[in-house]
Amino acid sequence: MKKLLKEFFKGIGSENPTFRLVLGLCPTLAVSTSVINGIGMGIAATFVLLGSNIIISLVRKFIPDQIRIPCFIVIIATFVTIVELTMKAYAPELSKALGIFVPLIVVNCMVLGRAEAFARKEGVLKSILDALGMGIGFTLALLLISSIREILGNGTLFGLLVIKGFEPVLYLVLAPGALLVIGLLIGGINFLARKRRVV
Amino acid sequence: MDLAMFLSIIIGAIFINNFILSKFLGLCSFIGISKETKPALYMGVSVTFVTTCASIITWAIYNFILVPFHIEYLRTIAFILVIASFVQLVEMVIKKFSQALYRTLGIYLPLITVNCAVFGVAVLNSEMFFKPEINALTSFALSALQGFCVGLGYILVMLFMSGIRERLELCDIPPSFKDAPIAFIIASLMSMAFMGFSGFRF
Repeated sequence: MKKLLKEFFKGIGSENPTFRLVLGLCPTLAVSTSVINGIGMGIAATFVLLGSNIIISLVRKFIPDQIRIPCFIVIIATFVTIVELTMKAYAPELSKALGIFVPLIVVNCMVLGRAEAFARKEGVLKSILDALGMGIGFTLALLLISSIREILGNGTLFGLLVIKGFEPVLYLVLAPGALLVIGLLIGGINFLARKRRVV
Repeated sequence: MDLAMFLSIIIGAIFINNFILSKFLGLCSFIGISKETKPALYMGVSVTFVTTCASIITWAIYNFILVPFHIEYLRTIAFILVIASFVQLVEMVIKKFSQALYRTLGIYLPLITVNCAVFGVAVLNSEMFFKPEINALTSFALSALQGFCVGLGYILVMLFMSGIRERLELCDIPPSFKDAPIAFIIASLMSMAFMGFSGFRF
């Protein structure tokens, strides 16, 4: 039980895909302009990760080693298509806001990375926990980045005004702001991790 | 189909909507392989080759397979499969014909399969140009051009970044900001500089 919990929590903490492994950054930076977009992207990626991890760990014994990458990609692409079409039908506004970054989940290094590093070696239960942990870690990271960008860059959170009489820093909502925020966050987290190790 | 449109695609893909700095595509390789100039240049050349070919191939797949059978919704699966197998094929061909080229470029090819820039340009082309009101030949020319120019923009930024990072080796950076974090902060400054191009109008 303790081992299983460890699989779950490593994605949120010690092996957080965004801050520790630095994987899957393209969508992280591009859609984190507002919290709603960030959460939507996080949920979509978590669903794809969960589905592909389950299927890959189920069929892991039948896939020949040489062609495993194309197989994984087809499985992942199937789930991405499901997400894409569902989002278009039920959340058209979100789908428009996320734009090409929904189909781009296919080439998100995080999803393929988990398939390659985890699901093809481990059982179904463990893969589910791994996917959930990684997905939640990814969503939390997106939540953090997008709330920083939305509060400071636009003065709002979830579209509601947070700080009155505050001149928003437009820079943070634009492209360079995303790169700056992620750079400072990764650096800050490294700093905390180093400090803890010394103490 | 006039010159201004072509010009705006060229300038747009290289400077204004630079894939790395304003669309955030291909960031993993941008951070990972920009430590030295030479590998960065080789990676850029391979990416340019693959984005150009992938634009042409996905155009053909879309117009000759997906549209006639009315299965446009399978775009994601079809594109990624074709791109992955194309990259694999290129790798095999290079390995067979030129060992020297394989040693310089070949190692980057597997990385390109999952490079978001390649798939991104295919999806972007299909959303911008693959429409009934644009005739097939124009959309072919426009997507091939966009594929090529996106690659050029990629090379440009890779060269800038690797040049800066080579110098950075000599600087005294706080240990927790070494590598990725400082690279992001530099990229942010570059991205701000590139925003200056967004005033271009035709």
